[in-house]
Formats: sequence, C-alpha cells, structure tokens
Amino acid sequence: MAELLSGNHAIAEAVRLSKVDFVAAYPITPQTPIYEKIAEMISEGKMCGQMMRAESEHSAMAACISASLAGVRVFTASSSQGIAYMHEMLHFASGCRVPIVMACVNRVVSAPWAFGTDQTDTLSQRDTGWIQLYCEDGQEALDTVIMAYKVSETIFLPVMVIIDGFYTSHFIEPVEIPEQTLIDQYLPKRNLPNRFDLSNPAFLQNVVDPPNYTRFKKRQFDDTLKARRLLIEADKEFGELFGRSYGVVEPLELADAEIGIVTAGSMTSCARIAVRTLRSKGIKAGLLKIKLFRPFPYNEVARYLGTLEKVIVIDRNVSSGKGGIFCDELKASMYNLKNRPEIYGFIGGLCGEDLPPEKFEKITLSVLRAKKPWDVPKWIHRMRF
Amino acid sequence: MDTQDEILRKGHYACPGCGLAIAMRLVLRAVGRKAIAVIVPSCEAVISGTYPFSALEVPAFHSAFAIAAPTAAGISRALKIRKETDVTVLAFAGDGGTYDIGLQSLSGAAERNEDFIYVCLDNEAYMNTGIQASSSTPPLSWTVTTPKGKVEKKKRLMEIIVAHSVPYAATATIGYPQDLMEKVKRAKEFQGTKFIHVLTPCPTGWKMKEELTGVIAMLAFETKVFPLYEVINGEIYRITKVPKGLPVRDYLSIQGRFSHLSEDEIEKIQQEVDIEWERLIYLAKRHEKV
Repeated sequence: MAELLSGNHAIAEAVRLSKVDFVAAYPITPQTPIYEKIAEMISEGKMCGQMMRAESEHSAMAACISASLAGVRVFTASSSQGIAYMHEMLHFASGCRVPIVMACVNRVVSAPWAFGTDQTDTLSQRDTGWIQLYCEDGQEALDTVIMAYKVSETIFLPVMVIIDGFYTSHFIEPVEIPEQTLIDQYLPKRNLPNRFDLSNPAFLQNVVDPPNYTRFKKRQFDDTLKARRLLIEADKEFGELFGRSYGVVEPLELADAEIGIVTAGSMTSCARIAVRTLRSKGIKAGLLKIKLFRPFPYNEVARYLGTLEKVIVIDRNVSSGKGGIFCDELKASMYNLKNRPEIYGFIGGLCGEDLPPEKFEKITLSVLRAKKPWDVPKWIHRMRF
Repeated sequence: MDTQDEILRKGHYACPGCGLAIAMRLVLRAVGRKAIAVIVPSCEAVISGTYPFSALEVPAFHSAFAIAAPTAAGISRALKIRKETDVTVLAFAGDGGTYDIGLQSLSGAAERNEDFIYVCLDNEAYMNTGIQASSSTPPLSWTVTTPKGKVEKKKRLMEIIVAHSVPYAATATIGYPQDLMEKVKRAKEFQGTKFIHVLTPCPTGWKMKEELTGVIAMLAFETKVFPLYEVINGEIYRITKVPKGLPVRDYLSIQGRFSHLSEDEIEKIQQEVDIEWERLIYLAKRHEKV
C-alpha cells in the first residue's frame, strides 16, 4: 500500500521493517526526522528495537560498532557535520567488519554555514571503507535500506544509504510500504555472531604488525569489491519479490546515444526529463545514474559509457583544487579502456541550488558544440546559456 | 591469592613496577570471568597484548580513544537485547581517556545511566605516548610538556562524575588492594553507571624507583593527596579509610617529577591538599547531618 511519506520517514519505515534491534543517533538537520520517527515508533510499540540517545555522532557510531560486535542489528543516521564528526569511527566500523547501516542525508559541510544538499559530506568519507549507495527518491531509499542489511550482514561491511537533504529527505511522495511478512522472507533475522565469546575470549582490534595489518586490509578490500555482486543479487531478488529494482547503476537511453549525462541522487529525476526533451528534439542523449559509488562500478561504467563520444558529469559536490568527485572517479575508472569518451565535468546544485531539466538540456547542447574537454570543471551557476 | 583467579595473565607488556597493571589485575579479579572489557588507546592497551595474543582471559575490545563509555554502553545494551544479563561490562581508560578526550562521551553515558563499570586508571599524565601532561597531572608536576612544572590544578573529576548522580562512584588505589577489590565488587551490585577512580603510580613517568609503586600509592593516601571514599547516588559521601595525615613532603620527595620543587612550593601543595581534605570532610559530614 502506498502512503504519502517524506524520504526521511520512508527510511524510518525501512528501519522498522528491518526489525532493527538498536539505534543510536544524534540530531542534525536534515536527518533529524528519521531519528524522531524511530523514537516515536519505538515509544508507541510499533517498532521493537531500543534507542540510545547519544551525546554526539561520534559516540552514536561508537555504540553502534560495539553493539554490532555483540551481535545485534543496528542503525544510525546523520548528515553533514555529524558525518564529519564521526569520521574516525567510520574507519573503525569498516575495519571492525560490522554490518551497520547508516542513512546519510546530504547537506553541505561548513564553512560557510548552510543547510542545502551537497554530496561532499558523504563523498569526503570515500576512503573510510563503507559501501556507499546514492538514492534518487524516498521509495528507493526505503528499498535500499532493506537491501543494505542483506548485503551488509552477508559481507560484514557497513553501508551508507544516501539521499539528498530536503529534496528527498523532506519532499513528500507516495511510497509503497512492503508487507512485513515479505520483508521477513527477504531479510530474515540472522544469528549475527557475538564476537565477545566468554568461553573463547579474544582481544578484538589489538595492535597488529605490518604484515597482519596488510592482510586485514587486503581482505577488507577484496570483500568490498565482492559487495557489488552481492548488491546486484540482492537487488534482483528484491525485484522478484516486490516488483522494484534499481541496479548498481541505471542506464537510460544509452544504447544508441552520442552523449551521456551522469548523475547521482535526486538530480537524476530532472536529468530524466531533460533526456526525454532532448530526444524529442532529435538529440541522441542518454543518462547514467550512479547508485553504487563504493565499491566503484567499473564494469557498468565501462559497459554503458565506454562507447559514447561525449559524457557529461554533473557534480553536486566539489574537491577544491581538483574537481567534481564523481567526474574524477569516472575519468580515472575509464583511463585504461581502449575506447573512452571525452568527459566534461560540471559543478552545480551546491547547497541545494536548483538544477531544473532546462539546465541539463542547455549543458548538453553546449557540450555537443564543445571542441575538446577541459580539466578544470565548469561551474554551472556562472554559465551563460 | 589463588593464581587461578587471575584474569590478567603473566607475560603482559607493562613496564617493571607498573601500578596500572596491578590495578587491572585487581579489578579483573574482583569482577570475575563473566565480563567483557573495553580498552582504549592507553598503557592498558599495550599491557593487554598485541595480535594475536591477549593478556586478558576475558573478551576485550580495543576501541578508539574518546569512547570507552559509549562503547561499553553499546555492548551492555546489546547484551540486554540478547537477554544475557549476567555479564559485567567493564571500561578501562586512562586519565587522558577520561579527564580529557573521553569526558564528553563519559558524561553522556553517565547521564543516561548506561549499565557498566568504568575504571579510570589514573597515572596522572599521557604515559603511553611518553609523559605529556593531562588535566589530571597534579600542580607543579614535571612532565615532558610541562618542563618547569604544571601550572594548573588537577581537575576534580570525581565531582564531575558525582554531578551525574551515578549510583556508585569510588576512589581507590593499588596501595590498598582489598579496599579496591571490595569497591569493584560493591559496584557490581548496582544497576547503571559505576565509576571507580584508581590512582596507579607510574615509575617511568613519576621518575621513581620501580619497587616503590606500592609504597607511593599508600603514601598518596596517608598524606591525603588521594583520599579513599565512595559516593552513592551522587549524594552520600563516605570516607572509606581515614588517613594518618602524613606531610605531603613524604609523598613528593621520593618522586623525580617533583624534585624541582622549592620549600614554598611544597608548602603550597600542602595547603591545597589540606583544603581539599576539608572539603571532603564537609561533603561527608553534610550527609551525616541529614
């Protein structure tokens, strides 16, 4: 049955459906409604887990890690400064191989102080060893949280399920809430290991020597790569049961395209409209939505974009002194391909600035006219179309 | 003592004469084998062994620096969810991990009255990183980062903890093992956050002879520098052992970290110790009147 829900409340519903045992969280805009809704559901007996009111995101993640090590299903959510504040513990979580699912609601990282969406908060956590999944809307976020538990508890790596602040987190849309019985079938409660075994006591995460450190990290690296395959399977199975699946990337009209637009997150919806309009004008444009950012979907990117002439990457994030982060990752991932497109980077939509379909169209037309790509990205707000 | 009760194994990595290792050994003996230990970066992390070894015969987790308390809270809540209610969760942190970087997270956990025993192993400086001052370092004490002596006072940590109305808070020292172990056992009887502040002399950092660890711990008590008391529910103060009131000189003079002190400075320390002791007497008597 569909209900009108914000993206935040859709995520809270997913946490309830996933029968999470333990939630530790701390308020921050625009994530707070997730925390509030879960607290409400627990207090009304609609959800069986327990909530720990943490005094910081750093402590929230600390408690999630240790509770997860003790074998219970855990969840937290954060945004912006909160994600930055828990940075140390993000590395710790992946290194401890704990299956934590965290909803991240993108918001700029200060300074300057601001509130709109911007993916730099989660992309700054690129190297923390978390699986990162960027969602387009509330429905996808709900479904992805459930899939995330399935993948996370199989490979023992933490997962970020990411939505755009306000656009997705606060925008109210019809969201299909799956039946609990079907969710129980899809995501049965696993007997997660309690790694504090009194009968066989071990000292977890004590100091290791360089060869052992490398061994642990190599295993973590290999398992992170395996998460792609697991996600593809989890997504397929989800589709069979619930009629919705998303892939690790989503190609749209790319088979015969000359030019492709690459997006992640909520801006994809506007890019879809732009592609439709461009097609109606006879321009062979296509779209690739990147959902999975870590592990990086090399194969899919090469398969869908490798044969194009030109690719446009719109980044709602910025790595100062370099460029848009998706654009740079995409360029790097395609460098060794025999055939590779010209890649045109744009930065826009920072702090939630609107990126309407017309902008995607105009950018596409300008790139079609361009003679050669540039290294330094173009800033959309300064462009005269 | 029966060695079969020892949970801290022989062969651990502590320096000779380490007071902290003695404290860990006593605390673990008192808690028993149905326990899980949280350890944060500190001397106790080193003492407990490197992978794949462990000096502890209970499960332990080496967590990050600032989070002994929330880490213990996460385990204790998970155990309750799993209906394993007979396991004690024990958090070990040093003075740096408690007074300084871990104070916020300890405050959060104490306010929520999370169920664990928190043991602050106080050797009065960052000994593991090579003797840098912490907010627990006593006034005028030498450390590498206070070469002419620390200017500030030692933070009154117990009062901060007591302000959270935790069910049980106590001070202890390895100089009086029985008192320490009784306090740990007493802490086990309470539900919620229990805090034990243990003074653990450090021959390396305090610049003293290794064989003096026990003596110096006793002198800290007998000179009233480190009184032994407990506080129930943040209200009821009880002095658990009455010191002789020896001059602080006896305590200071055998430690190299105080060797630069002038007569005036020793006198100043004496006055401050006396004032603190009067303050404790007041707090303890205040309850008796009620």
